Amino acid sequence: MQLDEFFVTGEPLIYGGMVSIVLVTSAIIFLLTYLKRWGWLWREWLTTVDHKKIGIMYILSALAMLFRGGVDALMMRVQLAFPNMNFLNSQHYNEIFTTHGTVMIIFMAMPFLVGLMNIIVPLQIGARDFAFPFVNAVSFWSFFFGAMLFNISFVIGGSPDAGWTSYTPLAGAALSPGPGQNFYLMGLQLAGIGTLATGINLMVTILKMRAPGMKMFDMPIFTWSTLVTSFIIIFAFPILTVALALLTIDRIFGSQFFTLTGEGMPMMWANLFWMWGHPEVYIVILPAFGIFSEIIATFARKQLFGYKAMVWSMILIAGLSFLVWVHHFFTMGAGALVNSVFSVSTMLIAVPTGVKIFNWLATLYKSRIQMTTAMMWSLAFIPSFVIGGVTGVMLGMAAADYQFHNSYFLIAHFHYVLIAGTVFACFAGLVYWYPKMFGHKLNERIGKHSFWWFLIGFHVCFFPQYFVGLDGMPRRVFAILPEWMPLNVISTVGAFGMGVGFVIFVYNIYYSYRYSKREEKGDAWDGRTLEWATPTPVPFYNFATLPEINGRDAFLSMKKNNETTFDEERLEPIHMPSNTGQPIIMMAILAFASFALVFEWIGLAVIGLIGTLIMMGIRSFDYDDGYHVEVDEIKKIERSARGL
Amino acid sequence: MSKNTKHVPVQHIIGFLLSIVLTLLAVWAALGSNLPVAWIIIAIMALAIIQAGIQLFMFMHMTESSSGGGHVPWNMMFHGFVLAAIIVAGSLFTMSFGFHHDHGSHTDHQEESSHQHD
Amino acid sequence: MSTHELKTGPLEYRTQEGQMSILGFWIFLGAEVVLFSTLFATYAVLFGRTADAPVPADLFEPGITLVMTFLLLTSSFTCGLAIHQMRAGSLKGLITWLVITLGLGLGFLGFEIYEFIHYAHEGATLQSSSFWSAFFVLAGTHGVHVTLGIGWAVLLIIQLVKRGLTPVTSRKVFVISLYWHFLDVIWIFIFTSVYLIGMVV
Repeated sequence: MQLDEFFVTGEPLIYGGMVSIVLVTSAIIFLLTYLKRWGWLWREWLTTVDHKKIGIMYILSALAMLFRGGVDALMMRVQLAFPNMNFLNSQHYNEIFTTHGTVMIIFMAMPFLVGLMNIIVPLQIGARDFAFPFVNAVSFWSFFFGAMLFNISFVIGGSPDAGWTSYTPLAGAALSPGPGQNFYLMGLQLAGIGTLATGINLMVTILKMRAPGMKMFDMPIFTWSTLVTSFIIIFAFPILTVALALLTIDRIFGSQFFTLTGEGMPMMWANLFWMWGHPEVYIVILPAFGIFSEIIATFARKQLFGYKAMVWSMILIAGLSFLVWVHHFFTMGAGALVNSVFSVSTMLIAVPTGVKIFNWLATLYKSRIQMTTAMMWSLAFIPSFVIGGVTGVMLGMAAADYQFHNSYFLIAHFHYVLIAGTVFACFAGLVYWYPKMFGHKLNERIGKHSFWWFLIGFHVCFFPQYFVGLDGMPRRVFAILPEWMPLNVISTVGAFGMGVGFVIFVYNIYYSYRYSKREEKGDAWDGRTLEWATPTPVPFYNFATLPEINGRDAFLSMKKNNETTFDEERLEPIHMPSNTGQPIIMMAILAFASFALVFEWIGLAVIGLIGTLIMMGIRSFDYDDGYHVEVDEIKKIERSARGL
Repeated sequence: MSKNTKHVPVQHIIGFLLSIVLTLLAVWAALGSNLPVAWIIIAIMALAIIQAGIQLFMFMHMTESSSGGGHVPWNMMFHGFVLAAIIVAGSLFTMSFGFHHDHGSHTDHQEESSHQHD
Repeated sequence: MSTHELKTGPLEYRTQEGQMSILGFWIFLGAEVVLFSTLFATYAVLFGRTADAPVPADLFEPGITLVMTFLLLTSSFTCGLAIHQMRAGSLKGLITWLVITLGLGLGFLGFEIYEFIHYAHEGATLQSSSFWSAFFVLAGTHGVHVTLGIGWAVLLIIQLVKRGLTPVTSRKVFVISLYWHFLDVIWIFIFTSVYLIGMVV
């Protein structure tokens, strides 16, 4: 293979990308060396099994991916506002909408939410870590290397260009030769391993590690949403694993699953993809619902209205999410019976979702609302999400979908649910739990600026797209008709507004790090649930002691009874897992194998797989079962954290 | 479980004999009987499900209370099998496109592609 | 997380870690059910799409598949006996039955490899048609699982010899017994819906 086949050549934008990657990487290496931080990085972060640190690494990676996906989006918007400027050619445009979609769903939305779950769920249920801290580290590194593998494609080998849905036969070996599509398959496969492991880990954690006395229906609603989400992950991700594996075998080993020859069935890919893909939509929206529920209850200063209805509607949504997948391809050519069945099941989902909306409104009703930034994101979510949901029901009608399908109406719909739902929730959750993670709040004034820029930009960007879609503009085109111009220009202006909002958000992180008042107590917002019972910064073992929990909003009753998580009488040595470098090494080797498979270097891939198996064998013989934190040390840590 | 201390694992032996009998019964139903094909398929799938149940309940200690897992193992298997039914039946239903045809012969494939142009 | 150990009950359930690992593995098996059912669904949808390759009814032989089935059924039974011995506290009995189980598993794999090579000689390969792709990937995925299970069990036997029966080793052995029984469950469905139906239709 020639070097110019290995690196992508001939695109000025991509040369720019290469230069900035080299610059950023060397800047990081220089800084780490200059500040002598390599050992610190390895000991404190790369080998950690602490759920809080892993969560922070998830969120940092997700923010980086949000930046990358956002730049992709802005480039598309520039192209559509000035279609004759040849900013992007058709091939480059195809690559960018593909990576935008994949990065945003798989490498931004999911890790952001998983990061919040990592940090918050053990704290909310009174656990000291995940059920399997080692596996949690493996999950993170599999996501991280999966994301790196996918992202490197634009400078090495070329990006995938068949859309984030990667439909066959277009994505098959005959029509998309070369490594691009393999990057998609291997990147998602690698990250998928981690997601499945996280799902299992969270489920066991929530089922087995709750504080004494906390019953299932006493759990905070975010923990409930996490439990339901992990259920969906466990049952949906294996479908993606198989679908990706089959397409990989098709492309690399010449099987005939989705090909046009050998009586293959390209449409089966769409079927399998959406059997995972629809539950995936709920994997990213249910945790968002959980986050909003927590924030709304906290800042409305009221108990969440209809807690049980909220839980049951999430369970119902989870069940229904496995029964609607065909609505993503009504126009594939199936008969009326198939489409009708899935049309009806799709509309059923609106019922439990509606229940949730009314419960939030009822929580707000006659409450004393505190207008914090986190609350504003949550309040903005409700109407915006309803617009997305209602247009979703329109798309769910099979007959009407023949008009809407693959138009900008669809684009507007899913951006309305995914941005107003998931992205708002990520921002809201980050702002809300930020003091718990970093010991200081994000600046409220700057936070509100970023909120307004993002919210207004969002509506300006996507609302016109409903109309340009109804006017017939299809998705995934890089050139447009003159009559679609005005709305597209407005849309582009809105997109840049969102970009400004994001930049202000990131600036706020820096500003608050420099200037925000440090938290002295752990309870930044006068919270209701157990995570606020810990001191800030949270000790690595989370809870020194825990009172008997009876009922919801555990921390409220603790405050009433003057209880804390530091009861000196009941202190006992705490068992903690040791840090280990095995997860990062294991996943780095697996990433190497995946990279080799992308270029179809079978020998190297086999070597990498054997290396991974050897790492697993080493793990099997590793009987290190952690260490104990002694009572004296706990006392010292707790006293200094609580200013006693 | 008091059975653990017993010297003869009665449950395992019964389960093993049952699965051998059921396997042979399925083979006979498929290859030795003259039932219509549809009935054969239903019968042997039912036998397979019973055998799976034998493995899960008699060999895998799925409902052991000392595991501390409560109903979770049972629940996960149950939902797993529900999902399996949805995935297999749903795929067959969807990929039939709602038309009646038999994948087995070539003429029908041509019919299928002409259907899609309707 | 308390490290308190229960004094009664099976060794593998006595610690919180043991209980959680076994529960986690059950949940993982739930995911495996979905993984295999996706492969079954693909096989079912692609059934009969043999293109120019031979049809399954001409290649499948009742004799060899029945032998494979009995090998795996018996290995599942001996694996159950191994756990029975473990719970009776007999390390020697446990290792003996585990080794027998692995021997039967290897026999199964041998027949499967022979079968695949035989089909390839008759002109049915992974590449020859979508039906055969689905067949080889479904049966092959099960075969890969069996192979991994054998390797994993060998590692565990070494640990058993080194450390004897502890809450940790018995938890690990219990988990692999679940895995092994589960592979038998999957094989029952492969035997029924692939081989028997393939020979009938």
